[in-house]
Amino acid sequence: MSFISYRFRHLAAASLLALAVPALSPSVPSFISPALAADPARGGTMNIIVQPEPPMLQLGLNQQGPTQTVAGKIYQGLLTYDEKLDPLPSLAKSWTVSDDGLTYTFKLHENVKWHDGKPFTSKDVLFSTTKFLPEVHSRARANFARCESITAPDDYTVVFKLKEPFPAFIRAFEVASAPMIPAHLYEGTDFRNNPANATPIGTGPFKLKEWVKGSYIHLVRNEDYYKPGLPYLDNIYFRVIPDAASRALALESGQVDQSQYNDIEPFDVARLKEVKSLNFTTKGYEFVAPVSWLEINHRVKPLDDKRFRKAIMYAIDREFIRDKIWFGLGNVASGPFNSSTKGFDSSIVPYAKNVDKAKALLDEMGLKPDAKGVRATVKLMPMPYGETWQRLGEYLKQSLKQVGIAVVLESTDVAGWVQRVSNWDYEITTNFTYQYGDPALGVSRTYVSDNIRKGVMFSNTMGYSNPKVDELFAAAAKENDPAKRQAMYSEVQKVLVDDVPVVWLLEMQFPTFVSKKFNNVITTGIGVNESYESVYLSKP
Amino acid sequence: MAGLVPFLAGRMVKAVVILFAIVVLNFLLVHAAPGDPAMVMAGEAGAADAKFVEQLREQFGLNKPLHEQLMTYVGTVAQGDLGFSYRQQRPVWDLIADRLPATLMLTLSAFVVALVGGILLGTLAAINSGKWSDSAITVVALLAYATPIYWVGLMLILLFSVSLGWLPAFGFETVGAGLTGLDRLGDILAHLVLPVFTLGLFYMAVYARMTRASILEVRDMDFVKTARAKGLRESRIVFGHILRNAILPVITVAGVQGGHLIGGSILVETVFAWPGIGRLAFDAVLQRDYQVLLGIFFVSSVMVIVFNILTDLVYTLVDPRIEVAK
Repeated sequence: MSFISYRFRHLAAASLLALAVPALSPSVPSFISPALAADPARGGTMNIIVQPEPPMLQLGLNQQGPTQTVAGKIYQGLLTYDEKLDPLPSLAKSWTVSDDGLTYTFKLHENVKWHDGKPFTSKDVLFSTTKFLPEVHSRARANFARCESITAPDDYTVVFKLKEPFPAFIRAFEVASAPMIPAHLYEGTDFRNNPANATPIGTGPFKLKEWVKGSYIHLVRNEDYYKPGLPYLDNIYFRVIPDAASRALALESGQVDQSQYNDIEPFDVARLKEVKSLNFTTKGYEFVAPVSWLEINHRVKPLDDKRFRKAIMYAIDREFIRDKIWFGLGNVASGPFNSSTKGFDSSIVPYAKNVDKAKALLDEMGLKPDAKGVRATVKLMPMPYGETWQRLGEYLKQSLKQVGIAVVLESTDVAGWVQRVSNWDYEITTNFTYQYGDPALGVSRTYVSDNIRKGVMFSNTMGYSNPKVDELFAAAAKENDPAKRQAMYSEVQKVLVDDVPVVWLLEMQFPTFVSKKFNNVITTGIGVNESYESVYLSKP
Repeated sequence: MAGLVPFLAGRMVKAVVILFAIVVLNFLLVHAAPGDPAMVMAGEAGAADAKFVEQLREQFGLNKPLHEQLMTYVGTVAQGDLGFSYRQQRPVWDLIADRLPATLMLTLSAFVVALVGGILLGTLAAINSGKWSDSAITVVALLAYATPIYWVGLMLILLFSVSLGWLPAFGFETVGAGLTGLDRLGDILAHLVLPVFTLGLFYMAVYARMTRASILEVRDMDFVKTARAKGLRESRIVFGHILRNAILPVITVAGVQGGHLIGGSILVETVFAWPGIGRLAFDAVLQRDYQVLLGIFFVSSVMVIVFNILTDLVYTLVDPRIEVAK
């Protein structure tokens, strides 16, 4: 008897999993796919590095990378996205988009409960998308401002009506872009100072048990999770390990089971790839899909001249940067779109290093070398995000010197960097931004001229302005026809690549190391920020 | 000891003036750094708009003029309140108090190990001066003094945690083990060994070199010759006469270091992921978490002042010729 019910429970769990996670197709990395063939067992503890320590875990209020990785297991969005960035169900079990692209209807799972036992309904979705997020979350504010109305015909249906078509809207429901926040705890309160922020209540498969600041965050299994039998793990500990070398040693010695994003410095990656107990992947970052670049202040001469920017482009060897500074992580970026982002045009050929062309362009501008061989002097402020960016700064100084551009390196810390870049007080810096799956969500923002806003980071801080680009981005964002949209995005990429508003470097890749004991870890385009509901520990 | 009460009273008055100056100076210095916590959070979020930064500034009270912020801060500190960290959503005192046990455990153990070990080794080297044991101690002390502390830490982890597997590499205790009582104490002590040794090694080298030099200076003085002439045992000469006179400079330096105990050690805490105050301070600098930073400055200033007073009192115990004075 008991044997039969035991088997049945597991079969049920496995088939439910197959329904819930269609991303488990043959395209996922090989170490993930055998998951369903085996028999996932309940139990186990996973130790994951978290660095830097998040300031808080209320995902609506804070979307720092580490916050997302931890809080992505506590909170949920309506949708999640596979590695092609197509939507998958999360709190919404199904959805439809009207033919005119104006009405998005979501059906919610009906037996979902908040961690405090209260039911999750369309009321919470309305509260999150009309009150909470528009008040505190800058990306969600922009997305939901496109709605003419958001309504809930019944407890488990939500209808978003847009003012005009915005096909990117379907990618606005990822857990960090639009986390669902419990109305019963926040309605009518001062959101930022609500005491509930210290004890986040979500719907996710894991609940916050304890947070020892400076040491670890302990999540435990949500016994009342709405998918029966899930999650498999009993505990997840997020360990704060501030030193990069110590993090690598902790992975190597098996004291932690997972690292993500920038936890491991690129120069340690090759060594850790050889560690037999660890799997390595760069998948799971398709949704953020950053492109790194040299950001150039167009208000400073001669940086306002596109020939000068092109000369920089020709002067640097981006394959060298990828191979020797990032130790092979990443691809040379052809232009503003990451190849994972929708609308990417694969026909664009990346610039290749060509010192003669660079010199010819500078000659054409009338910038002749002086007695010391210097044609122009620029200030470069590498972004203060670790040693690798510093090394990049040193490389750029050397390679620009070859074409007669002298570089003065400036140093700063994060606060100073944000202050200076957002207030346009720089000449050249390095930067990267997340693309959030769609050009209308994460690419156009740094190139369109109506987003030149002083004091705002990750806006068009270069001051680049081209009416053609503005027009194409605006038209593509509301074009329902995928073919026409692609044509406009292809054209805008060509214009931008010729204008070189920034010098694109790499489609960045982040290394994820996961202990081979764990299965089903990286399953979607959200990667490490997923809920981990189906992660399980292999039987010893 | 008659002058003790006026001595202490005088010191207290000075302390209050010094603390006020420290608070004001720190406040201005901290605010002189470019950027503010709202900027940092906007930078970390990866996306921002004007409203986001504005809301944060309002919440953090940064939209008020600087002198008003200073008045508010001095006012709350005078009432014994160190303020509130909006970034961490907790009172500053709670944040510091949380980290205090771990910090004190690390720094006090390292302090004691360094002081005892350093004085013993220094004495040993001095009385054997010129022999091989002296050379060995001097060379090792020089090495320990010159080697970067984080590198020592990493090498110790590599040897004792990764290769030998004897000691845990990082953290304060084994999380999730559910240990209680003596088991938990043992577990914490095991985690303590490497960081204490790493931090202690450096200071041990300092004290050893200092003790050795000081003893070499004192040991040929007339009173030592007299003691030897009247036939005292060698151990009594070394510990009762030479060391007691030679140790004053060591106490001075130890007093200064003692005042820094509460500040923790940023490098050691970082390498060993030790949840102490040094890291709290370091993060606060990067995040421009002004209130936390000022709180830590304040608490460590108090400690420095207390330790200076204690050092002065210890002088009078070790050397009765020194008296306290206002």
